[in-house]
Amino acid sequence: MSALLPRRWRSDPRFAWAAFAALGVLLAALPFIVDAGMGRSWVRILAFALLYVMLALGLNIVVGFAGLLDLGYVAFYAVGAYVYALLASPHFGIHLPFWVLLPLGALLACTAGVVLGAPTLRLRGDYLAIVTLGFGEIVRIFLNNLNAPINLTNGPQGVNLIDPIRFGDTALHPAVDLFGVSLPATHAHYYLFLAFTLLTVFVALRLQRSRIGRAWVAIREDEIAAVAMGIDTRNVKLLAFAMGATFGGVGGGLFAAFQGFVSPESFTLMESIMILCMVVLGGMGHIPGVILGALLLTVLPELLRYVGPLQEAVLGRVAVDPSDLRMLLFGSALVVAMIFRPEGLWPSPQRARELSPDNPDETRQEQESLFDATR
Amino acid sequence: MPPAEAPLLEARGVSKRFGGLAALADVSLAIGRGEIYGLIGPNGAGKTTFFNCLTGLYQATEGAFLLGGARLAGLKPHAIVARGIARTFQNIRLFANMTALENVMVGRHARTRSGVLGAILGTAATRAEERDTVERARALLAYVGIEPRAHDLAKHLPYGDQRRLEIARALATEPQLLALDEPAAGMNATETAALKALLERIRHDGVTLLLIEHDVALVMGLCDRVAVLDYGRRIAEGTPAQVRTDPQVITAYLGGALP
Repeated sequence: MSALLPRRWRSDPRFAWAAFAALGVLLAALPFIVDAGMGRSWVRILAFALLYVMLALGLNIVVGFAGLLDLGYVAFYAVGAYVYALLASPHFGIHLPFWVLLPLGALLACTAGVVLGAPTLRLRGDYLAIVTLGFGEIVRIFLNNLNAPINLTNGPQGVNLIDPIRFGDTALHPAVDLFGVSLPATHAHYYLFLAFTLLTVFVALRLQRSRIGRAWVAIREDEIAAVAMGIDTRNVKLLAFAMGATFGGVGGGLFAAFQGFVSPESFTLMESIMILCMVVLGGMGHIPGVILGALLLTVLPELLRYVGPLQEAVLGRVAVDPSDLRMLLFGSALVVAMIFRPEGLWPSPQRARELSPDNPDETRQEQESLFDATR
Repeated sequence: MPPAEAPLLEARGVSKRFGGLAALADVSLAIGRGEIYGLIGPNGAGKTTFFNCLTGLYQATEGAFLLGGARLAGLKPHAIVARGIARTFQNIRLFANMTALENVMVGRHARTRSGVLGAILGTAATRAEERDTVERARALLAYVGIEPRAHDLAKHLPYGDQRRLEIARALATEPQLLALDEPAAGMNATETAALKALLERIRHDGVTLLLIEHDVALVMGLCDRVAVLDYGRRIAEGTPAQVRTDPQVITAYLGGALP
């Protein structure tokens, strides 16, 4: 992106600060701009996009950093969501505040991550994917069926009338009065999610550039060599599962509070696959890429809503159902991406070099090493 | 140069069986502090199996290793690294998509402590440890002579530099004993000579070396003592000069004596 700018701007730190400030102002003004231009439902979509950024960053720790293919990530999201839903709704008549429930949901999701991680540590690649997929489904089926003999989760009907997030006396639903300005619930949640997203990005960046982050990548690169460097792979892998699951648990709690309703339907395998696609399409292991992937895959499918009315306007009738089109376009987009950009839309500079051989620098190095070999 | 004091590493009757195959049978040897000890033998003699048992990747069926008198049996590989044994691999196993510097920084894992919380909060202790890790990694790259390539991906390094990087990474774990599996494999004469100088320098700096090697000239010129394995048994041990004239060794390498 920054390659589009003149070189003398790029090297100037003042430019970086100006860009950050501009981005900050844009993010702050975005809900109002979108609300005015495209309607309230798009502010809601923005809030969801931020939620998915958090989830994708969490999964990126497991899949992108540690290289453990996890197809059941949505289970941790479900744990976070149901913890919030069950303990802040009329279902049990318990109404705990969000600052108790979010950490509690994160902690339980983290525990679930360790519980899933522990027996699967010996598995790799496809085998791990199958087991985690099974785990994700088990959690969903439990949620679906634990309404008898004791009604724990209210089964397929889900849990309704979940308490909104409350700061003191102000609830984020239906609107917040802030300094005399009435902020609609969608806007308020957008800002709350934005704060959590920034926190998530910060934590992910810090982890990536740490001793533990390097150990995760080492395990991804070569597990035997990682062991031979004194890395306790069992603990370090469990840590990856636990950290990823924690992000998912926080996301789940926020989701439940925002929606006011949760049901097992929100936690299907398809959801896990969507989040995985965000990570892979954006650029596995590269935090800005994963953010881009999550934003694109949340916002683009929503544009298809306009395809129905468009068809009516042009053809006079709806020839193709937009929801059918959704999966078709989504599938072909992935295929195209895998052919032309297997490294993701915005990969880390290292991974880009790795997967695009026509890079001049790379070619030069390759020739040099050929020279070494033939000398 | 026989060990004067208690040996640094002792193998006591180590056996390893895979089903009916005895890859190692009752191998005993002792390596003194500061020695360069060679392990040679024909292909399939059990040299790499010996390394894998030593470093905990395999558990020996019988017998045990003692490092400085303490038994290593039953320890996980990472715990053995913590005790002070590091190794390199026969087919180079670098973290291919990490830079040379990062590879060596991973080697510091066993000697550093900071965890998730310290990383997220960016505590003073974590930052100090991180600075120290970078400094030591740079110093080690300079030590093996590849510092200018610190920011190249490991897989982009020329072959000889990859071997050196693997040694630097192993040294980052601060080993007492460095076990090298065919460090000179695939090297030309110039590279081998440079490697020999590096290994001598490592020994001079207080690390004991155990190496598997096929390059006879290197073994003869570098090692203080040599053990010969054949079909999993130790058939000879001694100075390179003694071993090369041993009739059993000649038989093992060249087949039976002429009738």
